[in-house]
Amino acid sequence: MAYDYEKSIRPGKLPHIWCPGCGHGIVMKGLIRAMDTCGLDKNNTAIVSGIGCASRLPGYMDCCTLHTAHGRAAAFAAGVKMAKPEMNVLIVGGDGDGVAIGGNHFIHACRRNMDMTYVVLNNNIYGMTGGQFSPTTPTGANASTTPYGNPDPTFDISKLAIGAGATFVARTTAFHATQIDKLIAEGIKHKGMSVIEVLDDCPTCFGRRNKFRSVVDMMKRLKEVAVPVQAAAKMPAEKLEGKILTGVLFKEERPEYCAEYAKIIEKAKGANA
Amino acid sequence: MAKKTALVQGNEACAHGAVYAGCKFFAGYPITPSTEVAEVLAAELPKVGGSFIQMEDEIGAMAAILGGSLTGAKALTATSGPGVSLKQELIGYACIAEIPCVIVNVMRGGPSTGMPTGPGQSDVMQARWGTHGDHAAIAVAPESIQEIFTETVRAFNLAEKYRMPVQILFDEIVGHMRERIEYPEPGELEVIDRAKPDVSPEDYKPYDSSKGDIPPLASFGSEYRFHVTGLNKAADGFPTTKPDLVDAEERRQIRKVEANRKDIEKNEEYMTEDAEVLIFAFGSTSRSARYAVNELRKEGIKAGLFRPITLWPFPEERIAALGKQVKGMVVAEMNLGQMIYEVERVTKGSCKLEGAFRVDGEPITPAQIMEKVKEVN
Repeated sequence: MAYDYEKSIRPGKLPHIWCPGCGHGIVMKGLIRAMDTCGLDKNNTAIVSGIGCASRLPGYMDCCTLHTAHGRAAAFAAGVKMAKPEMNVLIVGGDGDGVAIGGNHFIHACRRNMDMTYVVLNNNIYGMTGGQFSPTTPTGANASTTPYGNPDPTFDISKLAIGAGATFVARTTAFHATQIDKLIAEGIKHKGMSVIEVLDDCPTCFGRRNKFRSVVDMMKRLKEVAVPVQAAAKMPAEKLEGKILTGVLFKEERPEYCAEYAKIIEKAKGANA
Repeated sequence: MAKKTALVQGNEACAHGAVYAGCKFFAGYPITPSTEVAEVLAAELPKVGGSFIQMEDEIGAMAAILGGSLTGAKALTATSGPGVSLKQELIGYACIAEIPCVIVNVMRGGPSTGMPTGPGQSDVMQARWGTHGDHAAIAVAPESIQEIFTETVRAFNLAEKYRMPVQILFDEIVGHMRERIEYPEPGELEVIDRAKPDVSPEDYKPYDSSKGDIPPLASFGSEYRFHVTGLNKAADGFPTTKPDLVDAEERRQIRKVEANRKDIEKNEEYMTEDAEVLIFAFGSTSRSARYAVNELRKEGIKAGLFRPITLWPFPEERIAALGKQVKGMVVAEMNLGQMIYEVERVTKGSCKLEGAFRVDGEPITPAQIMEKVKEVN
């Protein structure tokens, strides 16, 4: 029997706004399956996003959904979580939203280690504004604001998350659809800040400027570039050049922020009594 | 029983007023001269089961209180001029998404870093027009430590009642000055909580104005699931570009303040009954103005003071009437002339108008005001 996605989607809100060939829908389906796996109560789940194509995702989901301002999702989410720690808080958004304009909130959300899950849909471009380069657009690639090729070096979002202190970091691609939900579910179950980076495709704004003739070509790129982290451990360095590691990249146990704050509340109440 | 009294700073009084009002969440970022509000709430909020977070920046602090408020918590942030500049986009978000919250701005000089340890009143127009787009604004401007407490409570009430951001503007002088305060007993001051939906979760629309201009706001984490966005939206909270819906929503959000001016406006008038000249002053400057009125009266000049406690919406009706009563007005403010534009707009040339301005980090003296009063008398 086909999986029933409709039970998680707000009635009447489809079709979505994404272009044909965009991978965001694949990620949304993965998110739905992951939430299902984890048995999240819709009433008690907030999905927070910023601005951009990926940030439109929460509007389709039948939960408490918060479509905020550009880059601010992680900070809004921190407010939701602090004020109501019993809520499940998920964040979704794109590369530009998350690590350019929202970079400061992103790294500090990782550092604090609140029990939230951030799914970054990284399609290497600003899609909604028509294809300007983002912090993850490959150096030399073409975008509407790089008429002579992109001069900027790039961010590795997963490495950034690990460096900033996220306690669960995983990466996959929109091609690896069946891995998306497994990694997101693992992130949701992890007690602390989890970041799941999903390499995504934007045929409209990235592909057509960068010699990807079709969506299939873009998906092939995602398939070919990904190397599972376990396999990579056995591969020589020269074979890993230009490859991107996927799977669970980092996991550690560290005190969760709201649990620690609950101790402060007990302490303060004790001092007050 | 005698009331609990204390000698406290304005910033401390603000923090205690917030707790009295039922504030359960504060997010902030350190900035002079408002930091004590954060420091006191870091200690006080966990005692009442609330929470405090110091965010990575001013924008993050504003974002966090909006997220917190959507869970049903009364939420506060405190900052000063540069911080308010950074928060402006999300103040607009709070306006369009209609999220109750309170923003304290302990004003210093500016623009930019300006004079962090000096007082100023140059953020008054920013409080009205700082964020982009058309929107209503409510701002209050207390003049004393006791009034900072009571106005903080009122600011929360207005935010909750009208489902919007409310700014508390005071300046470094009252922020850092210490005065005796009498703490009101619980129940002594009115405390208003936001209206909750009385329809079933299935029928709930977060912007349904069919029963009034201020739709009830459900909480995240309840059985009411809803969508919040900064885009123009229809009654169900989802984006729309339909001209009639966009127009109606924009106008409703301004009307909810305009139609309730009587409830929101609060002024103090001192010796205005027979006044022939009027001083318009707010916040700490009104303390010099009141002294000036007394001195001028001794000299036989019939001076009076009008002090808006609610700065926005501007007290149009009363100022227009006073403009017809007096020969002249003096607007005293620690900037180079901001509220004077409102007075000029409303009095429409019905009386002489002068400004007593100052931006050197020192308070406006009674003598400076008296000199100007004599020019318009």
